[in-house]
Amino acid sequence: MKAPSKRQLFWLKTLLFGIALIPLGRLVWLGVHDDLTANPVEFVERSTGTWALVMLMVTLSLTPIRLLTGSVWQIQLRRMTGLFMFFYACLHLTTYVWLDHWFDWMAISKDIVKHPYVLVGFSAFALAVPLAVTSNTYMIRKLRENWKKLHNLVYLVAIFGVLHFLWLVKKDLREPMVYALVLAVLLGVRLYYRYKNKLAKARTAKFTPPVPQ
Amino acid sequence: MLIGKKPDIFPSEITSREVFDNRREFIKAAGFGLIASAASVAGLLPLDARAAVQRQQKINGIVKTPYGAGEKLTDYEDVTTYNNFYEFGTSKSDPASESRFFKPSPWTVSIEGEVKKPKRIAIEDIFKLAPLEERIYRMRCVEAWSMVIPWVGLPLAQLIKWAEPTGNAKYVEFISAADPQTMPGVRVPVLDWPYVEGLRMDEAMHPLTIMAVGLYGEVLPNQNGAPMRLVVPWKYGFKGAKSIVKIRFTEKMPQTAWMKAGPSEYGFYANVNPTVDHPRWTQASERRIGGGLFSPRIKTQMFNGYADQVGQLYTGMDLRKNY
Repeated sequence: MKAPSKRQLFWLKTLLFGIALIPLGRLVWLGVHDDLTANPVEFVERSTGTWALVMLMVTLSLTPIRLLTGSVWQIQLRRMTGLFMFFYACLHLTTYVWLDHWFDWMAISKDIVKHPYVLVGFSAFALAVPLAVTSNTYMIRKLRENWKKLHNLVYLVAIFGVLHFLWLVKKDLREPMVYALVLAVLLGVRLYYRYKNKLAKARTAKFTPPVPQ
Repeated sequence: MLIGKKPDIFPSEITSREVFDNRREFIKAAGFGLIASAASVAGLLPLDARAAVQRQQKINGIVKTPYGAGEKLTDYEDVTTYNNFYEFGTSKSDPASESRFFKPSPWTVSIEGEVKKPKRIAIEDIFKLAPLEERIYRMRCVEAWSMVIPWVGLPLAQLIKWAEPTGNAKYVEFISAADPQTMPGVRVPVLDWPYVEGLRMDEAMHPLTIMAVGLYGEVLPNQNGAPMRLVVPWKYGFKGAKSIVKIRFTEKMPQTAWMKAGPSEYGFYANVNPTVDHPRWTQASERRIGGGLFSPRIKTQMFNGYADQVGQLYTGMDLRKNY
């Protein structure tokens, strides 16, 4: 893939921004037309949660694209897709705390402690907060090496996020399994290349001619 | 002289009219299903089932009852577009859209097991078995949402009396239709088809328990369990087996579809109980359908508010164990 020019990248980002807002626009449109199904709270909760997961999968696919194709420029889109994941996760949590439980903190804390799917969902969100906070250029510079270490948390966020969906579903696991499968592939590609690189390194080490004594 | 010319087509090769029509309908149904599921998987198109709501044939001579006086009824549109009926798909909007090729008539129900004599009864005759009554009941789903539905039906006790069970009958098992041609959800092994539910004999004979054949004064729509379904208002909604084809009286407790699917999550009794949580979510409160985006949850009542009438059925039982 040929890297886009700076100008092209700007337009690409603008386009992506618009596309990422469509799910929210759709909810607003349906809400205005009283068309959020018989159970609107559940619908909004499901929809915002789904799109947070989708944005997360998109974010996690940019590195495998680099590994598989060698193309690098798409990494520049990662901050935006990652922040959109956080944006929809915020809407998801807000819907849960406000529309679903009306700030009934007792009920919410019980729900988190007693029900594993809520606990992993809540954990995924909590772990995503520091990632969102440190996503700006200033923090990237400030944290240097540690930034990368910190942002490895995204893998945990993804695993918890998928578990959250998987454990919530009553019986038909087909939809959450799609996310589990996509995540497995995205992580699998990373692990494969990591293993390959290690192997290559070990090999070059072996074949290094001995240093004359 | 007749010289027999070899026919082009053997009679045995001719597709009968019935099979031909069935095939066309099946292809049509499959096509619709494919388009609908593609759209819903894409998640982009709201399956606007509510816009397509069709009213059903009126039932005459319904006897009014005082049940549910003062309750605000859930809109017909919501009652008929937000359904759990996995035989037509696992999404709430599936039953309304996927049940259009289902044929609730002609329909016969077979009575088997611990009865004097196994027999069959046509749905028309069930309509005439006893005066049909309107019963306005709260319906609490195990997923923590609820509705108020004006059912039309007859006490199950009337049907049981007609069935003449023997003294060995301790339980009643209800078996639903499972036709993969007209019920696309059955082609997917989400549950162990056919759907099976069951009641203890005293629960089945309880005056609150009804066989519903209609709602809102009209014949049951397909997505709500046409032509006949069970309604047990103090139990979670999944106990209400839909589109029943077989009623079997047994001595042993039946294994229900949900017990087989998740024995730690769904028990035989499934009484509405705010103090016993589903292992994965709370049962202390519920969302009443129809309130809109900004209506808070309401508290769930013991036995869904029917404790005075049914509490004595369970005296001495540990409801934590017998969930």
